[in-house]
Formats: sequence, C-alpha cells, structure tokens
Amino acid sequence: MRYTRFKNFLVLLPFIIIFAAVLLIPFIMMAISSFFQDNTSSFSFYNFHLIFTQKFYYIAITNSINLSLFSSIIGSFLGLFVTYAITKLAHQTQNRLLLILNATSNFAGVPLAFAFIILLGNSGFITLMLKYVHIQFNLYTWMGLILVYVYFQLPLAIMLFYPVFNGIDQRWKEAAYLLGASNRRYWLKIVIPYLLPSFFGTLTILFANAMGAYATAYALTGGSFNLMSTRIGALTSGDINVMPNLGSAMALILALTMIIALFINQIILKKLRRDIG
Amino acid sequence: MSEGRKWPFYLIVILLALYLIIPLFVTLIYSLATSWSTTILPSGLTLKWYASMFEDPTFINALIRTLLLILVSMAVVLIVMIPTVVIVSMHFPRLEKLFQSIVLLPYAMPGIILASGLLQTYSSLEIPKLILVGGAYFIVVMPYMYQGIRNSLQSVNMIPMIEAAELLGSNQLKIFFSIIIPNIKKGILVSSLLSFSILFGEFTLTNLVVGGNYETIQIYLFRVMQVSGHISSAVVIAYLFVLSLLSLLIILFTNGKKKKQV
Repeated sequence: MRYTRFKNFLVLLPFIIIFAAVLLIPFIMMAISSFFQDNTSSFSFYNFHLIFTQKFYYIAITNSINLSLFSSIIGSFLGLFVTYAITKLAHQTQNRLLLILNATSNFAGVPLAFAFIILLGNSGFITLMLKYVHIQFNLYTWMGLILVYVYFQLPLAIMLFYPVFNGIDQRWKEAAYLLGASNRRYWLKIVIPYLLPSFFGTLTILFANAMGAYATAYALTGGSFNLMSTRIGALTSGDINVMPNLGSAMALILALTMIIALFINQIILKKLRRDIG
Repeated sequence: MSEGRKWPFYLIVILLALYLIIPLFVTLIYSLATSWSTTILPSGLTLKWYASMFEDPTFINALIRTLLLILVSMAVVLIVMIPTVVIVSMHFPRLEKLFQSIVLLPYAMPGIILASGLLQTYSSLEIPKLILVGGAYFIVVMPYMYQGIRNSLQSVNMIPMIEAAELLGSNQLKIFFSIIIPNIKKGILVSSLLSFSILFGEFTLTNLVVGGNYETIQIYLFRVMQVSGHISSAVVIAYLFVLSLLSLLIILFTNGKKKKQV
C-alpha cells in the first residue's frame, strides 16, 4: 500500500517540479527581490520608496489605473447595451454576430496595434480623412490608447454578458406585469438587480485584463507612453538600464492592484446580496 | 414586439460590427494595395505582398520556430497533465480542491508578471532561455488543458474503468495508452486547439524572455511592422485566417459534442 502511494506521488512529481520552477519559485523570488535595491544586498524599501516618490514611476501606475478603469467602464457599459440589442435580434443573426465576436476577441496584441496604426496612425486612412476636415488625431495619446483598449475589451464584455442576458426569464416580466408593475418598475426592481453582480464581475475582469496588457501597448507606443506593464518590461528585460529588482517591485504592485480590484468586487457582491436578501 | 421598434437594436449592432470590422477590413485592403500612403484610396490592387511574405525565408523560419515551440510545449503539457489529473482525482480526492485552484491560478496571472519573475530567478543562471519560454507556455495553457482533461474524464466516467483495469492487473503504462488516451482523445481536442490558438498569439512572454533570439511569428510581425506596412498586413491577414479556422474548428467540435449528448 505504501509502495503504490509512493508510485502515485512519483507520477505527480513532474507537475510539482514544473509548477514550482516556473510559477511558485519565480513569484517568491520576485517578491523577495523587490525588497532589495539593485546592485546591493541589503534589505530595504528603497524600490517602493522610489516608485511612489519619483514622478516617472508613479505616473506609470496612475496612467495604467486610469487607462484600465476608463477602458473597462466604457467596455462594460457599451457591452451591456450592445448585448441587450443583440439578444433582441433573430437567432440566426445572433449566431453570426457571436462568430464575428469570437474572431475579433482573438484579435489583440501586436496585430491589433498594427491594424490601428494603418487606420489611425500618422498617415493612417482615417487620420488622412480627418485632415481633409481639419481635425487632428494622434493615436499615440490617451484617447488613441482608450480606443484600442476598448476594441479588445468590448468583445470580452459581450461574451461575458451574453449568457447573463439569456438567463432573463420571459416569465419574470409577465409575473411583474400581472402584479401591476410598470415597465420602468420591472427594470428597476428586477432586471437591474439581476444584472448588477455580473456587471461588477465583468468590470473587474476587464480591469485586470487591461492592467496586465503588455503586447498591445508595447507594439503601439514602443514604450513611449508610460504604463506599468511596459515599464516592468523595460526594467526587467531591456538592453540598457536594466533594474530587475525595481521591475519586480513594480510587478508586485501590479499584482496588488489586481488583488485589490478583486477584493473590492467581493465587497460589492456581498453588499448587493445583502440588499437583495 | 413589432418590427418597427427593432430598428434601434439593429442600429446599435451595426455600429458595433463596423467598429469591430473596420480595422480588419482596412488591414485586408492594405495587404492588397500596390501603394497606399498619401491618398484616401489605394492606387491599385496586387497579391505581391503575399507572394513576398511566402518568399521571405525569415517568415518561413519564424513559422517553423513557432510551430515547433508550441507543439513541443503542448506535448509536454499533455504528457504531464493527463496522469496528474487522473492520479489526483483517483488517489488524492481530498487535494482536488487545492489542486484545482492551483491549476486555475494562471488565468488571473498576467504574462508580464510571470515573465519578470522568470527573468528575476533564472537570468543569472546558465539555463537556455528557450526552456524558460517552454515552461511559461506550459503555465499559460495549463488551466485550459486541465478543464478539457477533467471534463472528458468525467463525461466518460473514466475512474471506475481505470480501477477495474488495475484490479485485473494492468500496469500503469498500459492503462494510460490503451484506456485513458483513446477515451479522452476527442475531449481534449477542443482544449488543445484553444491552447494552440492562445500560444500562436503569444507575444509578451516570448518577447521578454527570449526576444529576437528566437523569432516567433509574433516577434517577426513586430519587427516587420517597422519596415513594411504592406507585408505586415499580409502577415496579419494570414494570421487571422489561421485563427478563424481554429475557432471555426473549435465551434464545430463543441457543437458536435453537444448534439451527441442530447
């Protein structure tokens, strides 16, 4: 018996080794080394102090949070309206739209950045058209990034909302009307409370998705727009000015912001459940 | 609801479709245009960018490198994960919950954090960077593969079958190849295709860990993007064609399975 237990454990060994070597140990090493200043060997909060006091670094954090927050709020609200509109169409049309959404949800990162550059870059197709009517558009700014980020957030939001909208039972409406509720009251008291938890859940997923996005931002701006993900990339893997420990501290802060977002979502969900119950 | 009141919904959906399709459509036109830089419309249409893409040995090499890296990583994932999932659900049922949350962890882990952890830990050691990327690929697709394996194990009620085989004296290798593999082959096909398409689009980890030293298709695209817009758009269209084909296959197989269950 003891022998077979050992044999079973042996089968698990490759998984345990890979998991420890690629995920667990690197994460622990990252967390530890973020408390050591680069090129020294003494424990300190220097990296965190630097990040929160030097504008160059904390701007990356606020830029990332702003971009992620805005793109996820826009993505969630648009997703909500669009998904509602989609569920009102014929089934055949819905299925075709879902196919398009599936295809475009794969469209992210470098190829997406490229498509937007030829569309809206300095000599992009739409940029040229806008020039004829004397409107200047610069893709490599805040507005441009929001536009690109919403592009990859929106299909994800719709895919997450679609099953939720499909879960709305037609009989709820009938029951509400039979009990004398107006259309407005039905929406306020039944549909919106039903949708809210999924709305906040989707918002959190989109926020995390945007915070971690590296490829799109890097391919679009080459790191010239100061974001956490591109800053971490430059600090840990650049050719010049590599400061891996500072990069690790930044990555730890990135992980923390995502955990905090998840935590806030939990609190909101709990409060919502209490209000309904 | 009357037909007349449906037009706002159609309008919203058409606007969405335009937003999603225009970047793709412009890329397609750009890949077919002879030149298109200072004018609103391209001056002529051609297939020469596709021809030069396929004639470019660096493109072919990048494609081969990408396929090689993905296929080897996925083979390792399958070889390691299938026995692990089986053993955990058969012999360590109390650890299953913990195992599940560990395996699903990478869903929430951005590539940038994984990459900086890997570089922090191993960049000073003499470990080939390619092995690190392979390991990272393993972690990226692990949650998808796990769900595929577990669902197919449950849907054919595999565990009693394995227990019966063990009782009758089969050895583990034989059980693995003649009972487990044939039964879950179809079930893991979908998650393998999904994993393949995820890794095919992987840029963050590959670029940060190996960069230009092992040029995959994404890194090739990033490099060519700065040189020729037309060839890059041909690459993007070819890339999207492959991805659409993969998702079509995934949808086809998933729907086929659902129909059989009913």
